[in-house]
This record gives sequence, structure tokens and C-alpha cells, in this order.
Amino acid sequence: MTPLLSVSDLHVGFGRDPRASEIVRRVSFDLAAGETLAIVGESGSGKSVTALSINRLVDYGGGQITRGSIAYTRADGRTLDLAQASERELTKIRGGEIGMIFQEPMTSLNPVLTIGEQIEESFRLHRGLTGRQASAAAKDALDRVRIPDAARRLKYCPHQLSGGMLQRVMIAAAISCNPRLLIADEPTTALDVTVQAQIMALLAELKRETDMAMIFITHDIGLVAGIADTVMVMQSGEVVEQGRLDTVLDTPQHPYTRHLLSAVPHFEAGRAARTDFRRPDTPAAPALKVEGLTVRFPVTSGLFRRQTGAVHAVDGVDFDLMPGETLGIVGESGSGKSTTARAILGLVPPTRGRFSANTNLREGQGSSAVQMVFQNPYASLNPRLRVDSILAEPVIAAGRRVTAETTQRMTQLLERVGLPKDALQRYPHEFSGGQRQRLCIARALMLNPSVVVLDEAVSALDVSVQAKVLQLLVELQQEFGLAYLFVSHDMAVVERIAHRIAVVYAGRIVEIGDATSILSKPKHSYTKRLIAAVPSIDRRHQTFDLDTRQVPSLVRPLGYEPDPAAWQRYGPDHKALAEA
Amino acid sequence: MNYLTRRLVTFPLVMLGVSVLVFISIRLVPGDAITAMLGTEAGLLTPEQRAALEAYFGIDQSWPVQYGRWLLGALKGDLGISVTFGKPVLDVILERFPLTLELALLSMAIALLIGLPAGVFAATRNEKPSDLGVRIFAMIGQSTPNFVVGLLLIYILSVGFGVLPVMGAFTPLFQDPLENLGQLILPALTLGFAFAASVTRIARSAMLDVLSEDYVRTARSKGAPAMSVLWRHALPNALIPVVTLSGVEFGYLLGGAVIVEQIFALPGLGRMVLDAILQRDYALVQGSVLFIALNFMIVNLLVDLAYAMLDPRIRLGDR
Repeated sequence: MTPLLSVSDLHVGFGRDPRASEIVRRVSFDLAAGETLAIVGESGSGKSVTALSINRLVDYGGGQITRGSIAYTRADGRTLDLAQASERELTKIRGGEIGMIFQEPMTSLNPVLTIGEQIEESFRLHRGLTGRQASAAAKDALDRVRIPDAARRLKYCPHQLSGGMLQRVMIAAAISCNPRLLIADEPTTALDVTVQAQIMALLAELKRETDMAMIFITHDIGLVAGIADTVMVMQSGEVVEQGRLDTVLDTPQHPYTRHLLSAVPHFEAGRAARTDFRRPDTPAAPALKVEGLTVRFPVTSGLFRRQTGAVHAVDGVDFDLMPGETLGIVGESGSGKSTTARAILGLVPPTRGRFSANTNLREGQGSSAVQMVFQNPYASLNPRLRVDSILAEPVIAAGRRVTAETTQRMTQLLERVGLPKDALQRYPHEFSGGQRQRLCIARALMLNPSVVVLDEAVSALDVSVQAKVLQLLVELQQEFGLAYLFVSHDMAVVERIAHRIAVVYAGRIVEIGDATSILSKPKHSYTKRLIAAVPSIDRRHQTFDLDTRQVPSLVRPLGYEPDPAAWQRYGPDHKALAEA
Repeated sequence: MNYLTRRLVTFPLVMLGVSVLVFISIRLVPGDAITAMLGTEAGLLTPEQRAALEAYFGIDQSWPVQYGRWLLGALKGDLGISVTFGKPVLDVILERFPLTLELALLSMAIALLIGLPAGVFAATRNEKPSDLGVRIFAMIGQSTPNFVVGLLLIYILSVGFGVLPVMGAFTPLFQDPLENLGQLILPALTLGFAFAASVTRIARSAMLDVLSEDYVRTARSKGAPAMSVLWRHALPNALIPVVTLSGVEFGYLLGGAVIVEQIFALPGLGRMVLDAILQRDYALVQGSVLFIALNFMIVNLLVDLAYAMLDPRIRLGDR
């Protein structure tokens, strides 16, 4: 039987001389109807370029197929080489026979057109439907991806829907004409874990329903496990290993595959939690104590901007943090975890509540006891400042003078975080993502803080870099007795760095306690849901249930006060909010 | 109470501020209306005659009293009497305005009809020779002064083809549309040329940005043909800077185009204001500046409304 798609010896180049700068080389694979191929690799491995070459969207990004063929078997049995196909043939195939979904649902839908118009377009283009027929078809498409209240949503514009909803809309548009092949380019990377699980479950269901083949591109080898039949691992433009899913995952041959499998932090339900810190039995002075922290943003309406309600971003959060301890704060976007971190740094004024950093732990520390490392190392370093100016910034901000001693500390810290000596005279763009994050860590340590807030500090990094930065963080913690507040959505990462974990949902802590206990025996229903959503190689044969619950709205009427927290204890250091 | 009403409430406040500024600045210029009107003969006036003239034009009082009187009159719709025309200011302005409005509308239409397609085309041919051609043309259009373009057009038509534009008169549009267009087409082309060049440049750069957006890639992945990607998916997203630019330019044109009016001998607002300033025709300057300011605010309001229509993310109510 001829495969649906047969790629052989594909080379893709970019720029004025594509042959000289080939990004993808010697890629060959076959894909049968109804099968799923997963292409795995880190950023720059050529996995997206390979995918974009199949429907030739790569042409629009300045790319060109320099060698090889892409034999695609059409519905009528004829074979077409997509590498040579004309633009005219391609517009028929794109959307009609090959659908595609992308990484960023927020930016991949046209902001000025309604959801309905964008889905209808596929029916107009490939099915010749118009008017009421097209809208009815669009409504059916939304129903198919399980969007509640589809008829009303058709009139929505993209900015009125959440990321998970938008990705479903994308899927609805991509599969509206029953394509025979769906290319999914990192479709869940920008989404929260529970939403990711929903989208993955949806894709799996659609695959079963329609017998459509799929090319699934991801950097997360754990995610592959649940959906793929065959796997192809790519590194710097070439395929290093390909084969059946179980073979590749269980007996990886190539060192890079083995490296990927070991570098990715696998979630191990608390077994991988750190054990190098014990809370003292006698009460000691914490490095940071937070009591009843509440942050509300007013919601106003009408001519006089009368306050009619408030967004309860953070609602009565309590915790303390010992020197040398890491508290992991986990939750989804919009749960208030980043707002909590920002409030503690004074970047957002708290509405109510207290927090006090112990300023007596270090000498001459004053107000700089808490420092922060941000998520995006590309955006959080001023591109026009040299590294020495960047590192001097916290010193100047604290009102101190930059002295020879300061410079000495800079050199020491740079060496400690593993950056070359001459780094001081260089600019941020000369460093890689991982190196930049090391710079950010060095900057945070300049004032010898006792608490460092790490807001998704490793989320933007490639997995193998991620592991090294985590290792550095652990070493620095042990060396300087730092207390970390580690904010993250990634359960596997949190498991590796946190001693204690606080689970945040809708602005409140719903469960808090020692990491092992929470990850192995979660008590609150939300924690259970969060953990169940983590993709894992071990659980690859389990099927996901589709859970379409949304995070509740945090907008409350004026004067609303939540019920006081009723805690239920489950261990010496493990408590969860009692549920109704 | 919606956005529109809130914006309309601010109109009188801005007008008040503008009127005070104009009132003071025109009086800070040395010279007076009587001297400007009579020239050297003003020296022959007896003090009594001069005083009588000043009283007739209402410039015999102190500034605050003059302003108060003027304001009271303006509130009743009476902007005073023009010294040079000997007619109510409002009549003088309304006589000139249709021409200016028509000229501005025509220029904008020409600018958009040429500029938008040229900009979109250049963006799709990024860095290719045809893109370069459009860009050079736009650069020339922007950097050539109005009077050069105007004079060139007249020269070509009169020397080359022997047809001279009808100059020095203005036939209202509804009286004789053909003759009206014949009078206005050359000045509109002159103004529209530079305007079109700006539109081309801004449309090109906005389209270049939009064409690299993810949703354009999505549209292509759905199999949308190239034309539909350009005009339906990309252009609406690129229009906001074009609308901003067109609004500002159109606002300026509503204040009159002095040089072009001069070259084509058209009785528009621009020349009238210039003459009024030279003649120290205080009432006419004040009235027309106020009128121009009002036009500008209306254009700005329309631009804001257009934003909201173009982009559903812009909600005018809550800001």
C-alpha cells in the first residue's frame, strides 16, 4: 500500500543562496493514512521547517526546498510531488487536504475577523458553501471541537476567548474540510497543563473519529508518548533517530535521543523531590513571611469610573519561607501566582495583608533582601547596556556607589554562574538563552539577597539547558543559603527544585505542604487534576478524559469577601482547603 | 453616556482655549486694522474719525472687554464683522469652505486610490525592483514641494497640450459639476500627489509588518488565495496607521492649502486666513481659526470611530 505521504531526502535552505545555508538536510520518512508521526527536537533543530515544507508555507518565510521530493497521495489515488507543485495546486491542497495548527493560538487567528468568519472561510474555499450554509457548517465545526455554546461564540472576536478556546477554534478551522493530514506545530506549548491535556485528548479523539493522519511537532518528548505511532528525533537539521514509538522511547539508540529522554524532567509523583532540607523542629525566624496577602484590581464602569467590582487576583495568601528552602508555587495562568510574586517585590501594591522579609539575615542588606529572576531572558536584559552596567544596576538602585569591590563581586558571580571572564565587556545579544538566564541570576545575586523570587525562570529555555540552570540554582542555594520562591506551571520542574509546594487556584492557595507528600498524595481536587494533566512517558498508554471546565471568573462584585479558609490537615506539613 | 457624547462635551472647552490663544497672539503682532486697511492714508484721519472707526469695528475697548464681547456674540452665533470684507465673519467663511472641503476630499480620494494599492503592491514585492520603483516614486512625491508639482502640471497642460485649467473662479459643485471638477482636478492632483506618497510609504511598512504575522500564515495554511490573503486578512490589520495619517493630513487640508490656492488662484480658506492676518482683520482671524479647530476635532473624532470599526479590540467606551 502506498503511504499517504512519502518524504525523501528533503533539503531546505534559506536566504539569498539557499543551497549554501540549508537548515534541514537529508530528511526522509513515510506516513500512512491514519497514523501519527511525532517530530521531536529542540529549538533550531529544523522540526518546524520540515513541517512547513510539506504544505510549502516555508516559501513565504524566505525558505526554499533545494533537494528531495514530497510524494503526497491524493484522495483520487494520484500522487503529487508537493516539492514541485504549483501555487495553484497548493492552494487547493492547503486547508482542503492538509490542515495545519500552530503554536500560538493568540496570534494565529486574525484579530479583526470573527471566529465564525474565520471558520466559514475554509468551507467557502474548499466546499463552495455560502451564507447560511457556511455559518451552519461553522457551528457544527465548533461543536465538533466541543466548544460550549457554539452558535453564540461564532460572533466572538479572538480577543474575547482564552488561549485554550482559541486553539480549539484553530483546530476546528483546520479540520473543517476533513483533511487527510493534520500538521500540528507545537500546538500546546503556549497553553497551561490542564488545557494542554484537554487539547491532546481532543486531538486523540478526532483522530479516532476521522482516520486522519497527523504530524505532531513538539520539543516535549513526554507529550509524544500519548499520541504518536512513530517518532522522529531531529538535531541541528538532521534526523538522528526514527522508528516506532515504543522502540524509540524504550531502547533509544542515538546518544542525543538518550540525552533528550534523560534531560526532560519526567514527573515522578514526588519520588524525585529534594530531600536536602528539613524544616527545623523548633520555630525559627523565616526568611520571608506572608500573611493574608490580597491583591485586587478595581473594575470600573460608567462615566465617572465608578468601581463596580474587583478582580480578586490574590485572595488571602499565607505562607512562610525558611532560609535555604524552596517553596514552589504552581498553578495555571490567571491563577494569581505571578501576581503574588510581584506583590512580594513591591511591583504591585497589595490591597491588604502583610509580608515581611527578614532583613537581619545578611549584613547591610536593607530593603534589597528580596530579588527576582524573570521568565524571558531575552526581554529582561536591556539590549543597549553592557553586562557590567547590567550587573551594576541593582547596586545603583539600592543607592550605593559602584566601587572596585562591586566589580570584584561581578567577576566572582559571573564565574560562579559559569560565564566566561570577558563577559563583563559584552552585550546581552552575544549570549545564548541559557547564558542570559545565568546573567539574570547573577544580577539577582549582586546585593546578596536572602530570598530570590524565580518567576517561571526556566520555562523559556530548551530542556537540556533547563536542566543545567536548575542544577546551578540548587548549587547556589546550598552555597549561599538562599530561600527560593519558585513560580512555575511545570510540575516536573517544580518537583526537582521545591522542598515545599503551594498550589494556587483562582487567587487562593488550595493546598500547601512538603513536596513529596503533595505530589504523591494530592488531596484537593484541583491538585489532582493538575497532576493528572502532566504528560508522562510512564503513563503513555492511559487515555485522557476530556475535561472542559474553565477557571472561574475572578471578577467579584464590590464588597465581596471570600469565606475564610477552612484547612484540613493531612500530615505534619500538608494541608488542603476543605471542599464543599 | 457613551464615548461619543463624552468627546462632544470636551469640544467647547477646547474651542474656548483656542479662542483665548488666538485672541492674544493676533493682538501681540504690531500694527492695527485701521492702518492696515487705509495704508498711508490712515495718517490723514482725525483722532475723532479714527475713534469712530475703531468703535465701529469694536476694537476701541480693552482686551478683556473685547474678548468678553466677542465671546458673547460667538455664543449667539455672531462672530463679528470682517474689516476687509465688510460682511459677517461667518458668511465669509461659509462662502469659502465648500471649495476647501471639496478640494480636501478630492485630494484624499486620489491619495487613497493611488497610495493604498501602491503600498500593498510594494509590500508583496519586498526588496524586489518593482518595490524599489514604488519606493523611489513615493520618496520623490514626498520631497517635491507643492508649488513645483502644481507649476509642472500647469506647464505640461498649457504648453504641451494647450489646455489651461479654468482659474480664478469657483463654480459650486451643484451648479455645474463638470466645470467644478475641471477647476479642481489639477489642484487636487497637486495636493494628492504628496499625500499619496505618504500613504504609499505607511501602507507599505504596515503591510510588511502584518504579512509576517502568524494569522497571515494561518490564512495561507487554509488555502486562501493570494489576493484574499492580502485584501481580506492583511489589509484591515494594516489600515490603522493609514487612517491616522489620512486623518491628520485631511485635517490640515481643511485649514486650507495656501500655496496651491495661490498657484491656481482659488478662493479657498487658506488664502483668506493669510489675508486676514496681513490685514489685521482680528474678527476674521479669530472666527476662521476657531472654525478650523472645530474641523480638526471632528476629523479626530471620526478617526477614533474608524479605529473602533476597524479593530474590534479597540473599545471606545472603557478607557
